[in-house]
Amino acid sequence: MEVTLKTVVLDSEKCIGCITCMRRCPTEAIRIENGKAKILYDKCINCGECVRSCKGGAKRPVYDSFDLVSSYKYKIALPSPSLFGQFNNLDDPNYVLEGLLALGFDEVFEVGLAAELVTDCTRRLMQKNTLPRPVISTACPAVAELIMLRFQELADHLLPVYAPAKIAAKLAKKQAVARGIPADDIGIFFISPCPAKVYSLHREEVSNEKYISGVLSQSDIYFRLVEKMNKIQNPRKLCKCGYSGIGWGSSGGESNSLGLGNYIHCSGTRNVLGLLREMSDGKLEGVEFVEMNMCPGGCVGGVLNVENPFIARNKMRQICDKLRIPPATMEEYGLDESFFLWDKAPEPSTAFQLDPDRFAAMRKLVQVEELLKKLPGIDCGACGAPTCRCHAEDVVMSGGQPHCVKLEGGQA
Amino acid sequence: MEDCIRLEYDVDGENFASAGNASESVKRTLKQLGVSPEFVRKVAIAMYEGEINMVIHAHGGKALAEIYPDHIGIYLKDSGPGIADVDLAMKAGYSTATENIRSLGFGAGMGLPNMKKYSDEMTIETAVGVGTTVYLRVNF
Repeated sequence: MEVTLKTVVLDSEKCIGCITCMRRCPTEAIRIENGKAKILYDKCINCGECVRSCKGGAKRPVYDSFDLVSSYKYKIALPSPSLFGQFNNLDDPNYVLEGLLALGFDEVFEVGLAAELVTDCTRRLMQKNTLPRPVISTACPAVAELIMLRFQELADHLLPVYAPAKIAAKLAKKQAVARGIPADDIGIFFISPCPAKVYSLHREEVSNEKYISGVLSQSDIYFRLVEKMNKIQNPRKLCKCGYSGIGWGSSGGESNSLGLGNYIHCSGTRNVLGLLREMSDGKLEGVEFVEMNMCPGGCVGGVLNVENPFIARNKMRQICDKLRIPPATMEEYGLDESFFLWDKAPEPSTAFQLDPDRFAAMRKLVQVEELLKKLPGIDCGACGAPTCRCHAEDVVMSGGQPHCVKLEGGQA
Repeated sequence: MEDCIRLEYDVDGENFASAGNASESVKRTLKQLGVSPEFVRKVAIAMYEGEINMVIHAHGGKALAEIYPDHIGIYLKDSGPGIADVDLAMKAGYSTATENIRSLGFGAGMGLPNMKKYSDEMTIETAVGVGTTVYLRVNF
């Protein structure tokens, strides 16, 4: 299949060139050029904030078509915990599982179950005391990308295990193959709450053994699923994921399940950036674990969801309260830590470096500082860059001329 | 070009929340120059501690960073009360911070010791009633 390397694309007919997305972008990865928002993909962490903030719906998240599912003989769905918070009056998660089977999947493997196994593995790794504290969760791929882009000094704090979606795919495939299903017949589809997971799973596809055949969108599958769910009466008890795994769908779920006293969880782009700064200044002494999610409220806040994140979180809590299934363990599934650990650590990004050569970078920086003295410093965005500093950097990097309405207006 | 890049900052003495702005900006600059993360981290921690010290003890002051290709020199200059006994101030856990400041989670007596720990060179020039200048050097 074709590998998608962009997660958000622009519908230029709908883009009116307002500066809303550019202002909200946490990595200064958007410019307005010729009246249209342009994403600088080397600085983009796929968080979906521009999709969330665009008033005109011009930012389109990219994901795989549901039609792709039918091209495989044995189809496995991987629903994320946040999916269970999307439905009105849902008191039993088994309706969702039955609904997915009715949609044509041959098997459903809950990502929440894999999340419980990741919790078990994390707990063991942390007990060994070899990971630098605080350990930073890598479940949110946008946070991991942000660290490799802007906070590389914290890279050694990243929890070196795969996120639950990938673990779910690995385990589902392992089990299906063990039951005698030919590997080539198996199509595994993660149903994602966010573009970041679409992107990260697609990228891992390139470098690792193939586990995930496609990544679908929760919002795309929603109406098809509701239609099937409405026809189901007395669902079977298929659900294997308990309250702990479902809890991963909202901020705090992952860290809560570790049973640690000294931890922090936070969500939302500004909050995550703030906490990363504090951590980078060495201010989180004594903290064992930090869970950060770029979306407000955690995965329930992802832009591929249907329901409001806080309403969804409440719904998930209602479901969790009824689930009396204890968390899954690695023993139960015959797994050891090697099943979870990264094959290789993520590469740091150099997208924010002015030049690979230190001397050249310093020369450019001097030019940036000089130019900044001339710019008004009001960060109005009219030039098409989010801040005056950004504009100065763009000008120096591209060798062009500054264009500033404030300056030009003053001269006229 | 000049032999180094000079960045200057005013450190606001009344504001705990803005303490760290100078080190944040220096950190961003070093990353843009491709300085490796371990050194960025050392600079960030040492400089942040210095900024906080100026806020707690000296009603703010000036921070000056000089970035060379192979090292950074940081001058933290204030016109505060000065340090009466530098050796004592360097002892881990010793602090003259008020109860008020301690209740905010600062003044644990680790400022100067941490600045020394995370820098390759540190000198303190101080005179009681005149002020203090701390120089920090971190080699890349």
